[in-house]
Amino acid sequence: MIRALHRGPGLLALALVTILSLSGAALSVFPAADRIAAPQAEAGLTVAALAGRIQAVYPGVEQVRRSPSGRITAYWFDQGAPGAAVIDPVTGKGVASADPNQALRWLTNLHRSLLLGDGGRIAMAAGAAAMLVLSLSGAALLARRAGGWRHWFAPLRGPLAGRLHVEIARIAVIGLVLSSTTALWMTASTFDLLPDRGAIPAIPTEVSRETGFALDQMDTLRRTSVAGLRELSFPYPGDATDVFTLKTDRGTGYLDQGTGALLAWTDLTGWERLSDTIYMLHTGQGAAALGLVLGFMALAVPAMGVTGVLVWLAGRRGRPRIRGNQPAGRAATILLVGSEGGSTWGFAATLHAALTEAGQSVHVGPMSGFAPKRYARAERIILLAATYGEGAAPASAKGFLDRLNALDRVPDMPLAVLGFGDRSFPAYCAFAKAVAAAAQATGWPELLPLDTIDRQSPQDFARWGRALGDAAGIELELSHQPVQPQTTTLTLVSRRDYGAEVQAPTAILRFALPRIPLWQRLTGAGFARFTAGDLIGILPEGSAVPRLYSLASGRRDGFIELVVKKHPGGLCSGQITALEPGDTVAAFLRRNPGFRPGRSRAPLILIGAGTGIGPLAGFVRGNGRRRPVHLFFGMRHPDSDFFYGEAFPAWKEEGRLTRLITAVSRGARPHYVQDALRSEAAQVADLVRNGARVMVCGGRDMAAGVADALAEILAPAGLTPAVLKAEGRYVEDVY
Amino acid sequence: MKSLLATLALTTALTLPGLAMARPVTLTTTLNSYGGDGAYLALYVTDASGAYVGSLWMAGGKSKYYEHLSDWYRATGGDTAQVNGITGASVGAGRTLEITLDLADALFDAGYTLHIDAAVEDMRDSPNEVAVPLTSDSAGTPVAGRRYVASFAYDM
Repeated sequence: MIRALHRGPGLLALALVTILSLSGAALSVFPAADRIAAPQAEAGLTVAALAGRIQAVYPGVEQVRRSPSGRITAYWFDQGAPGAAVIDPVTGKGVASADPNQALRWLTNLHRSLLLGDGGRIAMAAGAAAMLVLSLSGAALLARRAGGWRHWFAPLRGPLAGRLHVEIARIAVIGLVLSSTTALWMTASTFDLLPDRGAIPAIPTEVSRETGFALDQMDTLRRTSVAGLRELSFPYPGDATDVFTLKTDRGTGYLDQGTGALLAWTDLTGWERLSDTIYMLHTGQGAAALGLVLGFMALAVPAMGVTGVLVWLAGRRGRPRIRGNQPAGRAATILLVGSEGGSTWGFAATLHAALTEAGQSVHVGPMSGFAPKRYARAERIILLAATYGEGAAPASAKGFLDRLNALDRVPDMPLAVLGFGDRSFPAYCAFAKAVAAAAQATGWPELLPLDTIDRQSPQDFARWGRALGDAAGIELELSHQPVQPQTTTLTLVSRRDYGAEVQAPTAILRFALPRIPLWQRLTGAGFARFTAGDLIGILPEGSAVPRLYSLASGRRDGFIELVVKKHPGGLCSGQITALEPGDTVAAFLRRNPGFRPGRSRAPLILIGAGTGIGPLAGFVRGNGRRRPVHLFFGMRHPDSDFFYGEAFPAWKEEGRLTRLITAVSRGARPHYVQDALRSEAAQVADLVRNGARVMVCGGRDMAAGVADALAEILAPAGLTPAVLKAEGRYVEDVY
Repeated sequence: MKSLLATLALTTALTLPGLAMARPVTLTTTLNSYGGDGAYLALYVTDASGAYVGSLWMAGGKSKYYEHLSDWYRATGGDTAQVNGITGASVGAGRTLEITLDLADALFDAGYTLHIDAAVEDMRDSPNEVAVPLTSDSAGTPVAGRRYVASFAYDM
């Protein structure tokens, strides 16, 4: 609901809010420029003195105005000719033209009415309302995603466009809320919808009918500081019944031109003061610095528009049309989707197509539409569930748990739950786990145990598909491609082989950098920009499903390196470990921003086993700044699979690596990385207490073992891996 | 339409003998190129003693800005009822406002004066921009205003 409230006005009003914000940002410069350019009155200067000086220079002066920026303008008639100038209050002389700045006038009219009069004003007010709705709904989304308002500045993970969108928003949202609410107030005021109209005192009937009382002797003017002046209007020359009109930031009054007496006075109403303040907050006139800040924040709007549209498009791309969807009442397989961004729908479409091809009748719908009474012919129910934030239901699964818990009879057809998530989040697949646990608690029969898909892994999905096929007694081959990647041809330049002796043949493969097209170089797309820890997708011959490997090198190393172990019967690993120098593969780059050491100088604790050492070695090689790095490396046998064994001494020598702690699993006393961690418990705890960042890469079991070991090690310090994860100081790349 | 409403407004504002006798009068106001946004103009009539009698036209729709037409505002206390039904759009720089009203014969050659107050955003307020006596003789003779009005004339 909040998401729809955010997306709808965002897309509809994008052009409008972009014009509003760009023109607003441009306008914000003017009050500051005015403040600098306009000659300012000395402190304590009174209106009496100022008016006297001006009148001495311009005897025909008719009106003196002071703008909130302190600029003083006088209007006069000299022998019938109108004159106006910006006044230097020290001399009373004109120093600059008082003509309106045409650029400012055009921008102002564009900003408030699209140069279109009242219709344009209403359109722009609608734009401001859209901006307010966007800001508030966006803030609510961010709070929900981060797990509460307290986590407003929590570190972000996920694709770049989404992160940028939120990074910008959480700073700019305050300014945008302020600008849009004040804009709406000002529009309401312009259209007379607010009781903030100024009251002026009734014109006095009794005046002295004298003229010529000296301005600098008038008591009221002598007591009024120029800082509070708005305008002073002079009586018509020769009309003894006319009066001086004085407007200040406190009110309006009339002064007798023969005696200088204050004839009448009306204070500003509370509404007027409020409207004046709001005007100042919106325009920055009288608050130039604030204006500049708000203007700068307004520049965030176009950036958020672009990133917002990218996020939306990515969500749409990931949600394909489902062809031949069966009604819920006739389908044998009910496939329900809990998706936030839309990518899970893509998996549902793949599963739907494969099941349909296998002769099944399948209904696909959102988890929020869960209604078991309608599933008259269903033989199984499959839930594909993503997770939102810290374990909350994603958009299309809202209310599912409530419906499940409210069932008076548990469905007979067995259930399979598949979770989708990102292992680098602390609450990995938490919603799917909650659903599976709730289903189990009601006694719902199980078709398959809960399984999970990490970062949209096609391999994970295909493996789960085979298990589903076995359980349902059908042949099921799921080849899911989230987005057909554009591949680049890479040529192998060298390889180093390891592990044959321990039945784990592994190769460190080094490919040449491909030629980068100019547009990629400019935009940093594809292989134009990558770092160790990013992922390389390789499409093996004979399969449309790419395999992802972690990169052990960055762009600056000048080559593309990965560590690949040949799996028995593995299609892709078999092909690439058989490559000889000169051979080529089709590959694409996928960024992995969640798994980077970051720019901090805090120590790094790198923990990896087997081929998981690849990206960690890449981090060490790229550590030219000599950041303290402690590497825990688990291997089978140092004579066989000690990857990069020959490079470590040099890296240590150069200060790229502080300590290397190895664990050997083959031998008389098997020793794993988690054991190595435990034996270094004191130092590890010390490093973490001092802000160290922990990065783990390797197999799932190893990662679980490491998490347990760290939990033990950190417990005395009152820390847990979950806390570190939430702070972004504990990241995993697990496969 | 305009003239009908104008007559209506004047008849409510004026209690003059012989009002039944009226004739169509065309008021033509041409603005110079003062280089600002549209001007607000208040056209109104005062009697021989200078007292406000009634309004003929208000060019400018936002009553919030009427205080800048300071003579008119002081005379009426900013009462928008005075220009109900005889309000139009503000007049751009260099543009001409032409209105035709049925004006009572009794207004002419009887010491009445037609005033125009003008104001432009971020520019000079110009009360009494134009003040011409309403006489049959000076009909058709254009006069210039003080700041914004290049020429003003009324034709019978």
